[in-house]
Amino acid sequence: MNSREKILAAVKNSQPPLMELPPVHVPPMESSLLEKFSSVLASIGGTLFVVRDFAAIGKILEERAGEFKRIVSTCPELSAVAETDIRYNAPQEFADIDLAIIRAHFGVAENAAVWVTEDLLPERALPFICEHLAVVLHRKDLVATMHEAYERIGSADYGFGVFIAGPSKTADIEQSLVLGAHGPGTMMIFLLDSGSY
Amino acid sequence: MSSNHKDHAALAGQFNKDEDRVDWHDQTLWWVRQKRDKAAHQVTDWEVLRETASGIKNNTLSRLSEYLLQFEEQAIRNGVIVHWAADAREHNEIVTTLLKKNKVDRIVKSKSMLTEECHLNDHLEQQGIEVIDTDLGERIVQLAGEPPSHIVLPCIHKKKEEIGDLFHEHLGTPEGNADPQFLTRAARLHLREKFLTRKIAITGVNFAIAETGEFVVCTNEGNADMGAHLADVHIACMGIEKIIPERRHLGVFLRLLARSATGQPITTYSSHFRSPRKGQEMHLVLVDNGRSVQLGREAFRNSLKCIRCGACMNTCPVYRKSGGHSYHTAIAGPIGAILAPNLDMKQYADLPFASTLCGSCSNVCPVKIDIHDQLYKWRQVIVQEGNAPAAKKASMQAMNWVLSHPSVYHAAGKAGRWVLKNTPFAVNNRLNPWYKQREMPEPPKESFGEWYKKNKGRSKNE
Repeated sequence: MNSREKILAAVKNSQPPLMELPPVHVPPMESSLLEKFSSVLASIGGTLFVVRDFAAIGKILEERAGEFKRIVSTCPELSAVAETDIRYNAPQEFADIDLAIIRAHFGVAENAAVWVTEDLLPERALPFICEHLAVVLHRKDLVATMHEAYERIGSADYGFGVFIAGPSKTADIEQSLVLGAHGPGTMMIFLLDSGSY
Repeated sequence: MSSNHKDHAALAGQFNKDEDRVDWHDQTLWWVRQKRDKAAHQVTDWEVLRETASGIKNNTLSRLSEYLLQFEEQAIRNGVIVHWAADAREHNEIVTTLLKKNKVDRIVKSKSMLTEECHLNDHLEQQGIEVIDTDLGERIVQLAGEPPSHIVLPCIHKKKEEIGDLFHEHLGTPEGNADPQFLTRAARLHLREKFLTRKIAITGVNFAIAETGEFVVCTNEGNADMGAHLADVHIACMGIEKIIPERRHLGVFLRLLARSATGQPITTYSSHFRSPRKGQEMHLVLVDNGRSVQLGREAFRNSLKCIRCGACMNTCPVYRKSGGHSYHTAIAGPIGAILAPNLDMKQYADLPFASTLCGSCSNVCPVKIDIHDQLYKWRQVIVQEGNAPAAKKASMQAMNWVLSHPSVYHAAGKAGRWVLKNTPFAVNNRLNPWYKQREMPEPPKESFGEWYKKNKGRSKNE
């Protein structure tokens, strides 16, 4: 018997009689998703900008142009302020990106995480390797909790997906919180709200 | 780690020599526990969530062999290469073979308690392979030549000045600089170079989904992602108990994990790896190493529900005051004390006794493991199987003799009171472990038996 068969046989022999899966209780919706999302995001070190359209995002970035040398974006609407035709040979070439602006499928109010899958990225490494990260999200794409988040993901087919909640951080040295461990040191969320609903 | 053969009490005694450090360690962990409370109280359905998580894990354990097969089938379909390791030795050999096949002798590794349990780093270093731990806390203890002292906060026992000294020696930071912001920045630069140049990355696994074959890795620093997405080969190592049945169950576990661990609403990154990226190789090593045995022990099976949040350590009065290294095993604290005896009952016979059985661990456990009950049950198994420490065995036998002979019991009580009163130096000395950090009590004048005999004639109306 090889290890696989040995392990499976031992597990089968040891496992207790069937215990049924419990139902997953989904708590009632938060009264204001935006309020919750915004306050949690602030508490985890992120910054929220509620904007009408991409032009407004462009304007905010233009004002801060001096802070970022290399800006890349997966949003063609931002071609005036960012490199949107991203060409590269290896993901290591992203190491000099100051700001990456990407899109997310939706955000989660209870923890201010945004869900990103690799089809929204040129390369999986992008949202981790950049010095600063910005995410564009529609206001209508907010859900209350992680339960609704997975309901929304459903059986989606992705090779890689990630919930990102705020900037990369560590408190390993005497529990002092430091933003920017290995990933981005800041995270901006641009929430598109056309006010039409 | 156990090479010094000292038991928990002796190692805790060493830690307790520096009283200020003990107080600081105690307070730091209690602060983390309080953050956990605050986060838990903000979730209105917290107790329902714990109950659900516990139920999902119960179901998982009851169907683990089927879920493992389902997971393997899905993972292979996704393009992941699956390996099975019966024990630590086989796990280490699988990883070494993969590195040698790729002619790689320098790798990065993110946090994995399983690889700590298997002593992978020692094994690889003996083969001439350089392993860089990329979690900041783990890198710090690695530079110090120590194991992690906590599963979530690996260097919680270290003061920033000691970390400053380590960085000065190994990373060339200015002498005497102990600013956490500055030191973290120095580590970021040091480790970024490793991420950009290493061809193989090892990560741990927090959850593996039978339904989809994907696995989830949670970090705050982003080190698992930096390693995995920049490497040509990603090797993920997991214990077989990390399986959960369905993707939607992540909603339950990700709501509980970070809140229980550090009081955060979720870790910064919850990365779902389902298939290798184009041109990348992805390996997954499924490790048993005693888990199938523990699954068969009805009394201790529940310990396999653990999601490694560390809440039981942060709340434990013994852990907080004795430090993680006193447990001389990869996973310290209350949960470690019920996992370790399964691996080696003799070597870890002391650990279930390193507890007050106060039950705080069971109360904070997000998957409702009956930790303190299991500690109590292990004590019984250990004593029955003759693995109790010699001094404890001798005193238990003496106590048994005294308690089964009433005349001896009365004489012993009298003698004890006489000793405490007339020759306190006979017990107030370093040979008596009860005298450590304690004063012996004032002896009563008489026993309850003697008092009752004297007073039983008096009527209750008196």
